[in-house]
Amino acid sequence: MSVLDASDVVRLIAEDGSAVGDTDVGLGTDGLRELYRHMARARRLDRECMALQRQGELTVYPPFEGQEAAQVGSAFALGPDDFVFPSFRELAAALVRGVDAVEYLEYHRGTWHGGPYDPYASGFAPICVPVATQIVHAVGWAMGAKLDGTAACALAYFGDGSASEGDFHEAANMAAVFRAPAILFCQNNGWAISVPPDEQYAAPIAARAVGYAMPGVRVDGNDVLAVYVVTKAAVERARRGDGPTLIEALTYRIGPHSTADDATRYRHQEEVDAWRRRDPVDRYRTWLLANDHVDGAFVTSCDEETEAWVAQVRAGITSVPDPSPDELTRHAFARPIAAP
Amino acid sequence: MAELTMSAALNGALRDALRDDPRTLVFGEDVGDLGGVFRVTDGLQREFGRERVFNTPIAEAGIAGICVGLAIAGWRPIAEMQFDGFSYPALDQVIGHIAKYRTRTRGRVSMPVVIRIPSFGGIRGKEHHGESPETYYVHTAGLKVVVPSSPLDAYTLLTLAIRDPDPVIYLEPKARYWSKEQGEPTADGPPIGVARTLRDGDACTLVSYGAMVHRCLAAADALTSEGTACTVIDLRSLVPLDTATIGASVRSSGRAVVVHEAPRTLGMGAEIAARIMEVAFDHLEAPVARVTAPDVPYPPASLEQAYLPSVEDICEAVRRTVSY
Repeated sequence: MSVLDASDVVRLIAEDGSAVGDTDVGLGTDGLRELYRHMARARRLDRECMALQRQGELTVYPPFEGQEAAQVGSAFALGPDDFVFPSFRELAAALVRGVDAVEYLEYHRGTWHGGPYDPYASGFAPICVPVATQIVHAVGWAMGAKLDGTAACALAYFGDGSASEGDFHEAANMAAVFRAPAILFCQNNGWAISVPPDEQYAAPIAARAVGYAMPGVRVDGNDVLAVYVVTKAAVERARRGDGPTLIEALTYRIGPHSTADDATRYRHQEEVDAWRRRDPVDRYRTWLLANDHVDGAFVTSCDEETEAWVAQVRAGITSVPDPSPDELTRHAFARPIAAP
Repeated sequence: MAELTMSAALNGALRDALRDDPRTLVFGEDVGDLGGVFRVTDGLQREFGRERVFNTPIAEAGIAGICVGLAIAGWRPIAEMQFDGFSYPALDQVIGHIAKYRTRTRGRVSMPVVIRIPSFGGIRGKEHHGESPETYYVHTAGLKVVVPSSPLDAYTLLTLAIRDPDPVIYLEPKARYWSKEQGEPTADGPPIGVARTLRDGDACTLVSYGAMVHRCLAAADALTSEGTACTVIDLRSLVPLDTATIGASVRSSGRAVVVHEAPRTLGMGAEIAARIMEVAFDHLEAPVARVTAPDVPYPPASLEQAYLPSVEDICEAVRRTVSY
């Protein structure tokens, strides 16, 4: 039975770091460590970005603290020829794909819309703010990859609120009808700005997959190994030509919706504290240490590397020059149309 | 010499594109076996297969949205919206993404997408089947917008639109689908952004596009018998707009009447009148006149001829302008 057929939430590591499932996910020690390195770096950079925004170095910033496992575990399951269609909170996934952190953050610096990184270089589409529209793009890309006869797949990230949009339905239905090699990856982080789940949907988002005749699976989004295993199974299914998969990763947005949001207006600190005890980075570190995949020295050196890297990113993003006003009119058309 | 309907000319342009460029795809609602509700895709699925010509679910946002992904994957999507009035769910994808992608990626990702939309009125259709959506697209930076008025030019414009590296909204005047024209279709016509002058006359310049071009020509014929010779400009392209051709004609005639079937307020006439002010003000002998539909929703069949600019409406506007 495939992990995609699981009726319960897929979880391999419990909140206390103990194994509750088969944690042999096919990653060697290097792979397991790489996962941790990505999560640690993402966590640290996210906090740095919050600070940079408060210091006036970034425009509005959407933090993803708490969602590191959901993003890193899923992005890590993809291959170099695959293509990711993010929303606007997927910095951790972008880093796994090899997007340059400074180029990504130029978006939040306000240097350029979309992100000045080359989408083709890392298989990572521009940051997408209109809610759920990117899911359809992923399906289109997947249809194109299938027409090309490649085994590549597309993965779209979206949130629990996005799943209420019509574009979610149109994307899911088209993906199923065309058997597109697409993975619809919902990070259900508990809040769509201020709207909680019971005001957003009445049935589990993954349950909708039945209506599209595709697998729908819920996974503990704070368990990086579980997210990796589920996504890997969806990737393999897509590569086999069996079509799309809907994944609902249950996670939590520890921070506000964005730096412009005040989450204390709509949720209780007790809820945030409860989710902090399920922290994805701590949980994975505990498991790694308990199972001798890493030792204290590794964690320390990883932290030091991360600090040095974040310092570089900070220096890089705060010294990015503003674009020239000449560039305003340069890109709308391949050959600019003269002003009337 | 062959006589072509506009529907057949468009079909020929799609067929030639599918044959000449293996990266082109044609899709939309009912474009397969049915050949589209106006038969523009007739026979294409049989000829090119179900992978390159395919029906989609009824999902206009989805149709426009997959264009984005397909373009990123290196395909050239040619999508059909079944009717103007049903194209609005796609506006989010068109405005939010298709129009902006090139700018958002600093030129790294182009959107060579064509969206064909059967548009405008005059076919005694049901509601939502006679809309003039051009202003929505013209006002969205990053899109080209073209409207053919004749079968042969429909072929030229569609071929150029498909080859264009940027997104083109292709508005097809439903009322002209079955109009006929003799000649060989060619891609070697005026480029997108260049208007055609169909009639020369020194008394007044008539500016129009789509089906209204023919009412302008009929008006020009009628006015000739009254001794008033009009220039008739078929814009073909609303973005880019050929200000040079309009300006040169109005500087010569000193008078301009803009004709469209879209509602009056912020219709193309507003922009064209403004541009005439910018490039020909000192030459104007009369205010620029507009002959348009009123600012009301498109009416039922029994009233549509009262809604659309008539030949007599155009003649009257020219007479007022000439005698100003």
